[in-house]
Amino acid sequence: MSVLTRSNRNSLPGAQGGRTRLQREWREWLLFVLLVGPNLALFAVFNYWPLIYNFYLSFVDWNFLREEILLVGFRNYVRVFSASKFYVILLNTLVFTVASCALTLSIGLLVAMLLNQKLRGRNLVRAVIFSPTILSGAAIAVVWAYIFDPRYGLLSEILGLVGLPSPNWLTSTEWAMPALIIVYVWKNMGYAVVIFLAGLQAISKDLYEAARVDGADGLARFIHITLPGLSPIAFFLTVTTILQSFQAFDIIRVMTGGGPANATNTLIYHLYELGFVSFNAGEAGVIAVVLFSLMLVLTILQVRYMDQQAHYNVRD
Amino acid sequence: MAQKETTAPLYTTTRSRVQFWQRRNMLPTLLSYAGMLCILVVIGLPIYWMIIASLKTNQEIYTIPPTWFPRELTFANYPEAWSAAPFGRYYLNSMLTTVIGSGFEIFFAVTSAYALVFLRFPRKQVIFIILLAALMIPPEITIVPNYITVARLGWVNTYQGIMITGIAIAYGTFLLRQYFLTLPREVIEAAKVDGAGHLQTLWYIVLPIAQPALVTMALISIVYKWNEFLWPLIVTNTTDMRTLPIGIFWLLDQEGVTNWGVVMAGTLFVIAPIVVIFIWAQKYIVEGIAAGAVKE
Repeated sequence: MSVLTRSNRNSLPGAQGGRTRLQREWREWLLFVLLVGPNLALFAVFNYWPLIYNFYLSFVDWNFLREEILLVGFRNYVRVFSASKFYVILLNTLVFTVASCALTLSIGLLVAMLLNQKLRGRNLVRAVIFSPTILSGAAIAVVWAYIFDPRYGLLSEILGLVGLPSPNWLTSTEWAMPALIIVYVWKNMGYAVVIFLAGLQAISKDLYEAARVDGADGLARFIHITLPGLSPIAFFLTVTTILQSFQAFDIIRVMTGGGPANATNTLIYHLYELGFVSFNAGEAGVIAVVLFSLMLVLTILQVRYMDQQAHYNVRD
Repeated sequence: MAQKETTAPLYTTTRSRVQFWQRRNMLPTLLSYAGMLCILVVIGLPIYWMIIASLKTNQEIYTIPPTWFPRELTFANYPEAWSAAPFGRYYLNSMLTTVIGSGFEIFFAVTSAYALVFLRFPRKQVIFIILLAALMIPPEITIVPNYITVARLGWVNTYQGIMITGIAIAYGTFLLRQYFLTLPREVIEAAKVDGAGHLQTLWYIVLPIAQPALVTMALISIVYKWNEFLWPLIVTNTTDMRTLPIGIFWLLDQEGVTNWGVVMAGTLFVIAPIVVIFIWAQKYIVEGIAAGAVKE
């Protein structure tokens, strides 16, 4: 490569005219293709192609092994949408998403406001609360499976201290979902804290000073300065948290396997189950299409909102 | 608060410490510290519970009520976990796939970002958008088609099979591109005038300046690959190809509720390297993530 660039340099200034300039431009294009090409090609094969392929699979009957792949029209869609299991799964996904987002965002904001004060050791606390987000979800799920152990676990001990009996968390249809939500929020709220904290610190201190001079109390300052100041960040976080929770898989696989009796089966888990437990490529394709459409709508909403914000800010 | 400041001081001493106590209502501060303590307990307790269980004897783990401090410290769970599952092999697999996978990711991020910022190419904005839009495709929904592709390549249950779907990089390209855009143009121009080609400029000028962004990106990439679960779960089918997260999942499956001490020791094997990295580079990771979000 360096040979190329050397010769390039020798042929530098003007005199030779158009041809070398064109050559140089070509070389730059070639280098561009060499540098970006592999990355782009991999995206094409492993990210964009699967979108098309999922769509195609959703119209076929195939078990990954058979030679011939049968086109079956909308049969997979009909099967998926007419099974009552699908609606259980949809509801589970909704419950999991709404509960974990609501908890992550509200606790996240609360903790971020706490840590936004001048307190000793707040950087340590920030690091501690962030730390679960970088730990293996599978390992965390294993630890929590032990904590939820109804006889020897930490939670049964703590509940025992206040005189409550421990539910059979992971094996009860009622408590398995709350257990997953607890773990999910415990593991992921640190991200919300860090982002909210960055957002809080970006709000100008002068605004608070001015409000104080005008006699606004703490609550008024929160409502009129903090909340509007945070709203772009809060929106970004809401969408990110929703998208992330759609993708929660490891804790479900490890702790409940979607059970008991589908009580913790979600769209992403169902996709895995259809694809790699029942080897039903077609129905897995349907779920992938549904999931992707849902996420696409959310992402478009986010992009639209951010555009609006940008225009808004420019007009100011 | 404002009222407090105007009331006459109770003590007329000049020592600032006393004034501090008089002038400010201590209650909110105390509550804040209580809140911080509460967070430390909520996050720390499960981790503590895991660590002490790994140090307890089996009889002690299975007594009611459970003990908060191990009565009898034992390290026997660690060798037992190490032999209950081939953790040595898991480590090798996790390390290879993480290091090589992240290496590729970083390489692609650097080369793509450099090309997008410093090279001329028709419609390169479009190419940037195509790269960036890939971020919106969650890897989870691609598992079935990717499994088919990897199977056609004959790469199921191989290292390249584990790594290949995750080495194209949009996030890092974006992060580095934003960083490269802030680099002073004069430096790059000066290098060109001195006769440096693009690859030399990239290696000797741009990379050293971009080091902070590079470190953040590398750390995030390593953490992500180490913890990767769904894809390696699907694409491996023998014990000796499993990575650590898959290994710990199967260990729970085998030993589970009857041998918590061993399982917790195994869990520590999985998270220990990441904990060490985090303690060492906490600032880079946390600030990198915060900066990425707020700049948008």
